[in-house]
Amino acid sequence: MDINYTPEERAFRDEVRAFLRDKLPAEISRKVKEHKRLGKEDMVRWMRILNDQGWMALHWPKQYGGTGWSPIQKHIFEEECAEAGTPSVLPFGVSMVAPVIIKFGTQEQKDYYLPRILNTDDWWCQGYSEPGAGSDLAGLKTRAVREGDHYIVNGQKTWTTLGQHADMIFCLVRTDPEAKKQEGISFLLIDMNTPGITVRPLITLDGEHEVNEVFFDDVKVPVENLVGEENKGWTCAKYLLTFERTGIAGVGASKAALAHLKQVAREQQVDGKPLIEEPHFLARLADVEMELMSLEMTNLRTVAAAEAGGVPGAESSFLKIMGTELRQEITDLFRRAAGPHALPFLPEELAGDFEGPYVGPEFSASVASRYFNFRKLSIFGGSNEIQKNIIAKAILGL
Amino acid sequence: MDFKFSDEQRMLEETVGRLVRDTYTFDARNKILDSEQGFSKEVWGQFAELGLLGVPFSEEAGGFNGGGPELMVVAEGFGRGLVVEPYLATVVLCGTLIDGLGNDQQKEQLIPAIIGGETRLALALHEAAGRYNHTHVDTSAKKEGDGYVINGEKAVVLHGDSADQLVVIARTGGDTAARDGLSAFLVDASADGVTRKGYGTIDGLRAAEITFSNVKVPADALLGEEGSAIDALENSLDLGLIALCAEATGAMEVACDQTLEYIKERQQFGVPIGKFQALQHRMVEMRMELEKARSITMLAACSLDVKPELRKKRISAAKAQIGKSGRKIAEEAIQLFGGMGMMEETAVSHYAKRIVMIDHWLGDREYHLTRLEQLIDVSDHEE
Repeated sequence: MDINYTPEERAFRDEVRAFLRDKLPAEISRKVKEHKRLGKEDMVRWMRILNDQGWMALHWPKQYGGTGWSPIQKHIFEEECAEAGTPSVLPFGVSMVAPVIIKFGTQEQKDYYLPRILNTDDWWCQGYSEPGAGSDLAGLKTRAVREGDHYIVNGQKTWTTLGQHADMIFCLVRTDPEAKKQEGISFLLIDMNTPGITVRPLITLDGEHEVNEVFFDDVKVPVENLVGEENKGWTCAKYLLTFERTGIAGVGASKAALAHLKQVAREQQVDGKPLIEEPHFLARLADVEMELMSLEMTNLRTVAAAEAGGVPGAESSFLKIMGTELRQEITDLFRRAAGPHALPFLPEELAGDFEGPYVGPEFSASVASRYFNFRKLSIFGGSNEIQKNIIAKAILGL
Repeated sequence: MDFKFSDEQRMLEETVGRLVRDTYTFDARNKILDSEQGFSKEVWGQFAELGLLGVPFSEEAGGFNGGGPELMVVAEGFGRGLVVEPYLATVVLCGTLIDGLGNDQQKEQLIPAIIGGETRLALALHEAAGRYNHTHVDTSAKKEGDGYVINGEKAVVLHGDSADQLVVIARTGGDTAARDGLSAFLVDASADGVTRKGYGTIDGLRAAEITFSNVKVPADALLGEEGSAIDALENSLDLGLIALCAEATGAMEVACDQTLEYIKERQQFGVPIGKFQALQHRMVEMRMELEKARSITMLAACSLDVKPELRKKRISAAKAQIGKSGRKIAEEAIQLFGGMGMMEETAVSHYAKRIVMIDHWLGDREYHLTRLEQLIDVSDHEE
């Protein structure tokens, strides 16, 4: 038993660090670290830099252009990226639809989509949730009716993250309304420029436009855009949900956030003394630090098990719950660190090119919005309650 | 990075596991608890035969040459069986302290006797006024003639009632809470002037309040240099903390398993109560706390060789997490068992007591969080 990295793992980490030092544009990492709004162009720029390096597709098999990295290497890469302040890689293409195409797609689909995903030629979004189908995803109603060489799609998707930029959407649609819930669903790839698609913004409680509603009104989708067999879409959906996600715990993000929080707490003064010396604040900080150490080791244990050939299935549900609770706790402490200056709500201060002056301390501009925005963490990707149901069933046998 | 046990570690795990499973049943343990001594000399003899009493000692001394992970493996196994024998006091706290401080003669005299199961020791360290602070020592040792005279009172000395010998931490210099000026003495438990009031603890162990009244010891009772016991003492306490964290993890695992089994069997409203989502989620939370506890205990056990401040930070974080997770698991176990969880005849109640009360040995959650606060800037980041 040895919790330290091997010399090879260290060498890999140094290689990642050197790459990030040389290739991560300073203006982009500045925006990430200062919690400024990132534009589509920032994200695309970073994803293309990754692709030039051959590091875009962490999880894909090598033959399709994946890195072929081990779980520990992926973990190291994700942790270093978080520390350096890289934008997140948009998951919908590379981490979500691509694994499904690789597993269930035709040769033509692989040949066409995979290179485009690697180079971010298309911006992908996810068409899963519907107004009536959230945690109960299989309750979805969006209909696809086969007519000759096409499906005619009617219905509505919602919570479509960054769908306002999207060129493509992957959708779960109902192709057999007579079958049992899970059995009449198909997995369709739809061009967002097809006539009949309308995207409407949903403004979240922090005033941001991150999610959308997507309406389908007699949208014609070529049958070759079906992935897998008709009415077997639930298999694709389930595969996607259990697909290995080493980063689900968000350890790197929490570590970076906690380091920033400590820096802020050293700088902020309370009655002439640094906030970090305030006993109640410090006690909560120490508790978070402790929990993060526990989470990091739990994550590493899961990563190491994956390295040894085990597949992290329901175990990743533990990591999702622990990781999101911790990230939310840190945003709460940031809000407290800002004190009264958590109150001013000036969305313009979050623009990448905002040059000041700020109403309060610079860090405080984003803290309350981020606190509210991060409530999403325990809701999306299968709410934390759903994760508990998964653990109860799959691990505890209840 | 590798979380797998080595062959030796796996062997150790199997040895302890088998012993606990085969001989340390709930009924057998209850009989031991009811005995006058509160532990079993027969079991202690088995520990010796199996080599368990030699885990932290060097091979030259006849030991297993074990480090943090080996100690963790043994203590976790003990935790699964709620073992009450004085392993922590004799082997981990006193044994490693003698090993760290003693001269060749002292070590040759004591270590083989510990490994062979012939002597049991207790660490007379903490005092009522200092609570968990191990540097708060008012007990004094004054030079007199060729030896020392010890005066003072020690509180809640683990297994202090049954030990043959005591390792007494006394002040030979410095103010009450100073790190310098602490010395360790080997004192015969039956020496003149030693008064022990022994009692059982609520978690099934034994302890004693011990008074030292003009206890005369010869010069060779001093372990190590006069006034410089602190580093070795803190090393032994770190090992003790790792052992406690691991023991708690083992006990938490069993508490979770027993609770899970119970809610699958217990029927109410015509179904097993484990069918109810309210209970399922609580059970999941228990298991989540168990995973955290196990993880951070591994971290602590593998941190003996990192820089001292980081080691201290990780070990305190582990003990604090054990305190937090342990309370959650113990309380939820009782709650999910319902009325049966309140019963002495239900094993889980004994696990709950041990898990909760481990927080009171060698520093509780608040004590260790405070230490963590002082080390908040210590980073594990490698350049």
